[in-house]
Amino acid sequence: MLWLFFFLVTVIHAELCQPDAENAFKVRLSIRTALGDKAYVWDTNEEYLFRAMVAFSMRKVPNRETTEISHVLLCNVTQRVSFWFVVTDPSKNHTLPADEVQSAIRMNRNRINNVFFLNDQTLEFLKIPSTLAPPTDPSIPIWIIIFGVIFCIVIVATTLLILSGIRQRRRKNKGSSEVDDIEEKLESMGTLANSVPCDSLDMKGGHINDIFMTEDERLTPL
Amino acid sequence: MEKAREQWENPLQFLLACISYSVGLGNVWRFPYLCQMYGGGSFLVPYLIMLVVEGMPLLYLELAVGQRMRQGSIGTWRTISPYLGGVGVASMVVAFLTATYYNTINAWSFWYLFNSFQEPLPWSVCPLNENLTGYQEECEKASSTQYFWYRKTLNISPSIQDSGAVQWEPALCLILAWMMVFLCTLRGTETVGKVAYFTALLPYCVLIIYLVRGLTLHGATNGLMYMFTPKVEQLANPKTWINAATQIFFSLGLGFGSLIAFASYNEPSNNCQKHTIIVSLVNSASSIFASVVTFSIYGFKATFNYENCLNKVILLLINSFDLEDGTVTASNLEQVKDYLASTYPSKYSEVLPHMQNCSLESELDTAVQGTGLAFIIYTEAIKNMEVSQLWSVLYFFMLLTLGVGSMLGNTAAILTPLTDSKVISSYLPKEVISGLLCFVNCAISLLFTIEAGSYWFDIFNDYVATLSLLLIVLVETVAVCYVYGLRRFGAELEAMTGCALNWYWKALWAFVSPLLIVGLFFFYLTDYILSGTLQYQAWDATQGRLVTKDYPTYVLAVIGLLVASSIICIPLTALGTFVMRRLRRGGSASVA
Repeated sequence: MLWLFFFLVTVIHAELCQPDAENAFKVRLSIRTALGDKAYVWDTNEEYLFRAMVAFSMRKVPNRETTEISHVLLCNVTQRVSFWFVVTDPSKNHTLPADEVQSAIRMNRNRINNVFFLNDQTLEFLKIPSTLAPPTDPSIPIWIIIFGVIFCIVIVATTLLILSGIRQRRRKNKGSSEVDDIEEKLESMGTLANSVPCDSLDMKGGHINDIFMTEDERLTPL
Repeated sequence: MEKAREQWENPLQFLLACISYSVGLGNVWRFPYLCQMYGGGSFLVPYLIMLVVEGMPLLYLELAVGQRMRQGSIGTWRTISPYLGGVGVASMVVAFLTATYYNTINAWSFWYLFNSFQEPLPWSVCPLNENLTGYQEECEKASSTQYFWYRKTLNISPSIQDSGAVQWEPALCLILAWMMVFLCTLRGTETVGKVAYFTALLPYCVLIIYLVRGLTLHGATNGLMYMFTPKVEQLANPKTWINAATQIFFSLGLGFGSLIAFASYNEPSNNCQKHTIIVSLVNSASSIFASVVTFSIYGFKATFNYENCLNKVILLLINSFDLEDGTVTASNLEQVKDYLASTYPSKYSEVLPHMQNCSLESELDTAVQGTGLAFIIYTEAIKNMEVSQLWSVLYFFMLLTLGVGSMLGNTAAILTPLTDSKVISSYLPKEVISGLLCFVNCAISLLFTIEAGSYWFDIFNDYVATLSLLLIVLVETVAVCYVYGLRRFGAELEAMTGCALNWYWKALWAFVSPLLIVGLFFFYLTDYILSGTLQYQAWDATQGRLVTKDYPTYVLAVIGLLVASSIICIPLTALGTFVMRRLRRGGSASVA
């Protein structure tokens, strides 16, 4: 009689956890891809740890604080490594609804990943979409800051160049007007011994050499 | 008292200005494409032949003419013959239209440069969709680099008719680009000469760094071997020779008037023959150098994608057949596939349609040119390198200096005739003319920042310069050789520089080069006529790829207008001068 009861229990258990059973999820691990040489072997102890993590996640759900490790059933473990799991209620007759299990796993995904040194891509819960980390958007986009810096530098450089150009031109104008002043002064002073500007040579002061006179006439008048 | 014409501080500045003008983006993104399409290593043969037969003579002609006449393009050609001032006007119009669209590339380079200072690079990851469960659909269908280019940078519309609004991010970068150009051309040769040191030499530094990095990348040798293996049968294809001639012609930047403008600030005794040879050789060497870098990057990217594809197939197999993780690798993939096909035939046939065919050759065969190469392919390769921010910043800095160097030449081509003209320069100082030009150009080029802007950019890129420049250079060569007189020009050149005009240059100027240009001109015309209606590539956001569409009629009219606007200057100005002379002669006859 006892054997029959035992047989029945295992059969029910087996029926609860089956590939594509109701409320069952498939899990796939890629340990070698994630860890390379440091990969650990997937054995029954690791399975125990997994069941413990699932039970831990379920205990965080309100009304399910009494979930035990024995309520989590694993089956069809392959070499890949992949397997199916279900979570049963305390009576071990029904499985807990898929939505509850899904939300529990999603809440604690990070901790489950870290326990096994894996991430969302190498520890896959098929049919449970992972929540992707939202991008950290800074309040001001970085490119505007750099743009602003370069823009200000260009404006400053342009203004400096324009101002220096204006100053140069003003100095040149003043310089040429100064030269004109000196010439006027020299004209009014009359003859001078040396350092006479050439323009004043054909003025009243000084003697005109007749020989050069003929050369002057050869030149076309302005 | 006549104000002395401003000059370069030393001949090196002139040389570097010419080099930075002619070594531009075309060397980086057009030459590798042509090399790949037209026979790999064997493309160098027609390329070098065309360089010697077409490139060097035409370059020497422009530099010599500019140095002799010591004026901008309009003044130069008017001096050669009063009826040919239109050639200068046509050059100016082409240079103006080119400057308008070319600076948009610098704006895009700025945008990418500013965005390179982030971790992770914004084009390496797809943005998430609303409920944070997956990536944006458009990004999934295309790739993250394509998404960043088409959506985040251009915000491209599905067709050229949907103009859309001005995008403020590229518009800001465009304004900055124009301010940069204004800053560099503000004082004429004084500033251009100093900037030329930077814009000519920096790209080579970056290219050398990239060469070392590129050659050490995993899979670079695949790319190099594939691209450079000569396919000698392509030499028999006439398109190879035509494309080699076209590439040399446009790469040197002939016909814009920039070279004439640069040479006009030279001392008359400058040895421009030596400079011609240096500039043309450096230009071609840069093209080949850049293509070595590009092919090693191609090889890296293709190998990376190929290995990714293999990994996906392996994952699919071990998931479907529950094999142990790590047992199937790239080396035993084929044997595993055969084993599975024989052991589980039904299941294997179910999985087979989902398995991609991974081929390294098909990855290497994707030949891209233009903005696609620079902003999509290169960024895809960069995001997979270590310390990708550094490589990205270096790369876009190089693109910027290449672009700004060419822009300076373009702007000089427009500014020099304007500052030479006594009417304009008596009212306005040089700085105001530059400022007005940059402002007007900036306002017009905001057209390229609208949502359909990239399509208009392609139109300008393909049609503004091609036919017009060929005609302009043809008229230039004929004018110097036959209207002005080859012997007279040769004698003047010898008196000016001291080196006699070689018979080689004379033969090329008088016969070979004009014939080549006429041939190219006819080829282009027949190509346009035979291809029927013109088409363009539009980005389809729903499918995540480019589709071909026809241009609407009003766009075709605009294209025709663009081409005609520069060509028609030549006969119009000749006619105008003829009429004016007739009137003046008639007026003076009536007075007498």
